[in-house]
Amino acid sequence: MNIASLAPLAVVLPVLGAALTFLLIRYSRAQRAVSIGLLSLTLLLECWLLASVWEGGTAAVNIGGWLPPWGIVLVVDQFSSLMLVVSSAVSLAVLIYAAGQGMADGDRDAPVSIFYPTYLILVAGVSNAFLSGDLFNLYVGFEILLTASYVLMTLGGTGPRIRAGVTYVVVSVVSSVLFLIAIAMVYGATGTINMADLAIKLAGLDQGTQTLLHVMLLVAFGIKAAVFPLSFWLPDSYPTAPAPVTAVFAGLLTKVGVYAMVRTETLLFPGDTLNTPLMIAALLTMVVGILGALAQSDIKRLLSFTLVSHIGYMVFGLAMSTAAGLGAAVFYVAHHITIQTSLFLVTGLIERRGGSSSVDRVAGLAKLSPLLAVLFFVPAMNLAGIPPFSGFLGKLGLLQAGVQLGTPLAYALVIGGVLTSLLTLLAVARVWNRAFWRKPADAEHPDPVLLAAPEDSATGDRAGRTNVTLLPRTMVGSTLGLVLLGVGLTVFAGPLFKVADQSAREMLDRSSYIQAVLGEEARVPAIAQPGPGQDPGGVPGVPPGSQQRGGGK
Amino acid sequence: MSVNLTLLTVMGALYACGIYLILERSLTRVLLGLMMLANATNLLILATGGYAGLAPIFNRDTDPRDYNDPLPQALILTSIVISFAVTAFMLGIIYRTWVLGRQDEIQDDAEDRRVAGTPSFDAEDDSIVPVETSEFPLAMDAAAGTSTAGVLAGGRLIPAEAAAAEERPGSQNLTQHPEGGGA
Repeated sequence: MNIASLAPLAVVLPVLGAALTFLLIRYSRAQRAVSIGLLSLTLLLECWLLASVWEGGTAAVNIGGWLPPWGIVLVVDQFSSLMLVVSSAVSLAVLIYAAGQGMADGDRDAPVSIFYPTYLILVAGVSNAFLSGDLFNLYVGFEILLTASYVLMTLGGTGPRIRAGVTYVVVSVVSSVLFLIAIAMVYGATGTINMADLAIKLAGLDQGTQTLLHVMLLVAFGIKAAVFPLSFWLPDSYPTAPAPVTAVFAGLLTKVGVYAMVRTETLLFPGDTLNTPLMIAALLTMVVGILGALAQSDIKRLLSFTLVSHIGYMVFGLAMSTAAGLGAAVFYVAHHITIQTSLFLVTGLIERRGGSSSVDRVAGLAKLSPLLAVLFFVPAMNLAGIPPFSGFLGKLGLLQAGVQLGTPLAYALVIGGVLTSLLTLLAVARVWNRAFWRKPADAEHPDPVLLAAPEDSATGDRAGRTNVTLLPRTMVGSTLGLVLLGVGLTVFAGPLFKVADQSAREMLDRSSYIQAVLGEEARVPAIAQPGPGQDPGGVPGVPPGSQQRGGGK
Repeated sequence: MSVNLTLLTVMGALYACGIYLILERSLTRVLLGLMMLANATNLLILATGGYAGLAPIFNRDTDPRDYNDPLPQALILTSIVISFAVTAFMLGIIYRTWVLGRQDEIQDDAEDRRVAGTPSFDAEDDSIVPVETSEFPLAMDAAAGTSTAGVLAGGRLIPAEAAAAEERPGSQNLTQHPEGGGA
């Protein structure tokens, strides 16, 4: 009995919260208390899980007492628990922000009451995907979070949201179908869907089948992670949702796709198999994404494009499949979840304070609300990778790993990475110049709220918006907390990088993961090309009964 | 592993029709296409279980190879439930689109069109910078008395002093003219 056996609670607690908030649907105050309370509890539990694997090691939990290759396994290692802690911290901040927005605007709107249960189900799906040690359970985790996200995306059912929701739902369903087809093929080829078991058995398949399964999985996850040719849906659908919803989507959903790609590349198909196409995709994601961002005038759309662009950095680190590159990618994922979410939350505040999220229409915010300016400036510079922030450290780690690798393609990616970083700086500097430094009189059709006198801006009730608090304390407070968490990632970058590097080494080594799931005696196949002697029937550590299933027919 | 040819043919037909339908602009057809894709995938999962066999209820005397593989059926059950929920949600969205727009078609993204139609010249970013923003703007001309220097701003010629005045601290960036325009 160790702490890791509490891992299922990371999924159960949010689901329990969703059930309770459904029961309390008429009592918004109780809904708020229950959801914030349970999510904080989940966060504490996940911090405990992270502490238990901080020094390394992997723990597996068999759900329902079924033994590994048959039953569902949840696996806690450094990477998954780090992702859990960061994602829960971010979702807690967004939940408090959304609660603040709901309180400030009044809870009379009917859809707001279904926000809390749906949001908690989304969190449960994300946790399930991070913990899953089984391909089908990963699919279920994806479906839980996607179905919740469909509801959140179309919250309120206004015209633009429905329009964006249609694209989002259809693309997500198609990617899920692709994932399911890949699972069926994997099961047909190997007779198992347990990821540790697959790590052993996939190595015994012939090269063509392996490549087919690999490409299928990568395409399915690539759509979810928004890797370049498959990223077209993201900037169209994210910006129309309510600010807290966009923030949590931007922070978490694409990263779950990246997480699944990391597991595919390290655990299921290790070594240099599809690294070249992945690197090219990473380069195109970075450059095309950021060029799209430069053309936008709406801050939310601009940030959605930077989101796509920075996914490229993570894929770059992943595609190098060296410990240095993967470690930097793990750190970059943690950094990017926090920073991208805080930028979207700040954009929500800009929209409240300035009346619009278009850089053509807002102006002079630095004078009207210096606090808002600081809240935007810090994560924006962090995203662009200005020293000493964590964005700089993460990018530096990636570039170093690229130079270490030393192939021409890696150098091309290093150059592309620097260029993307500079163009990100240009994009956010443009927002800063226009929205914060320009005089309100210079803006096109400025909102009356901008032209009013700057006094008592914190409490609001002016300029025809008497019933709305412009910057409620809860919303500013939760944004501030998240920005500080981003700064914290910079301050504690040393230990974090150490954990990220260690987790990368363990993922590349695979023996810790496989032995935690299948038992100490499981033999880990060599990472090199599959040898001729890999008879799937003769793998020790796999109970002989597992051969009766599918593959044996 | 051998597969059932009928199932395979039906699966192929469903995939083909499904892919054709999701490429349509009409939402109802897209929904039908998605349902076909989901069902084709269910058939694919079923096919991975091999030929039909005995129900997987344990009996000591039965050869393990005679049982049907129960796992694909469990997977199909889960995926049917999921596609059921998504179909219900899609129907809700389609109805809402009908209520809002009286049409059953995917709408264009207006902001996307606007950005695509924006000329590459941006008046604010790309105009020629109106004045030299140094501490001593155009002092030479001012010393000469009458200034002939002008700067081009927004396609108009503005006297240098007027342009420089706009850049001083505290300037309202407005020239007082009866018509409200520049010089």
